[in-house]
Amino acid sequence: MHPGRYLPLVAALLLGAAVVPAHAATIQITIDNLVFAPAEVSAKVGDTIEWINKDVFAHTATARNGDFDIATPPKKTVTSVLTKAGSVEYYCRYHPNMKAVLTIAP
Amino acid sequence: MFIRLSAAIAALSFLGSAVLAQGAKPTDPQIAHIAYTAGVIDINAAKQAIAKASNKDVKAFAQDMVRDHEAVNKQALDLVKKLKVTPEDNDTSKTLSKQATEKLAELDKLKGAEYDKAYLANEVAYHKTVNSALETQLIPSASNAELKSLLQTGLKIFQGHQQHAEQVAAKLK
Repeated sequence: MHPGRYLPLVAALLLGAAVVPAHAATIQITIDNLVFAPAEVSAKVGDTIEWINKDVFAHTATARNGDFDIATPPKKTVTSVLTKAGSVEYYCRYHPNMKAVLTIAP
Repeated sequence: MFIRLSAAIAALSFLGSAVLAQGAKPTDPQIAHIAYTAGVIDINAAKQAIAKASNKDVKAFAQDMVRDHEAVNKQALDLVKKLKVTPEDNDTSKTLSKQATEKLAELDKLKGAEYDKAYLANEVAYHKTVNSALETQLIPSASNAELKSLLQTGLKIFQGHQQHAEQVAAKLK
């Protein structure tokens, strides 16, 4: 018996997310008024990011190291699954003054 | 009072750096007109670039400009309608439009890589000028909170455009 292996399940139940496999989380990153929020997010490989663009402008979430390049159309939500670990700085290609960091654990 | 602001914008456009005249305080209907005009000018420049540019990144940049500035101007129109404000033409808008017409004619004579470079250089300079006017004149002068907030969003968008233009320009070399 490894009681430890049930901990994520218990955690998921407590969070009311029993139907979602405990090892993969869905994390929301909002783009509002040209700001990625939260500006720093920690996640794990396999997690899903829900990119919620509240602006009337098209944006992108583009990793500086080339790991991802997500188009986020105006007033739309798009999802992407994290496939590679690392601390990734990302920005918007159209508005490079929009910057944030995604730290992805293996 | 507008002559001083216009003169300052003219000076900025030609010298690239100058401090805007203090004391000129445009009204909200004038500010709305200036902001809208500034957007239209960049849309026109971008339409010329979509037709004339040879580099695909320059063309893509121009398409981004049309999309963003149209979105900002649509918000501006929605706001003035909501506030029942009629944008009021003024010397600053006139100076901006006159300079833009001259610049379009000048750029129209260029071709190929020479045009691409000149268009981007003007985009960097133009966004710098507009951002400086927004920061030092238009945002502080705006009295309606919603107008001020829209101008602040505009400033962030245009600062992004300036950086984007600089990046595309750097890649051309």
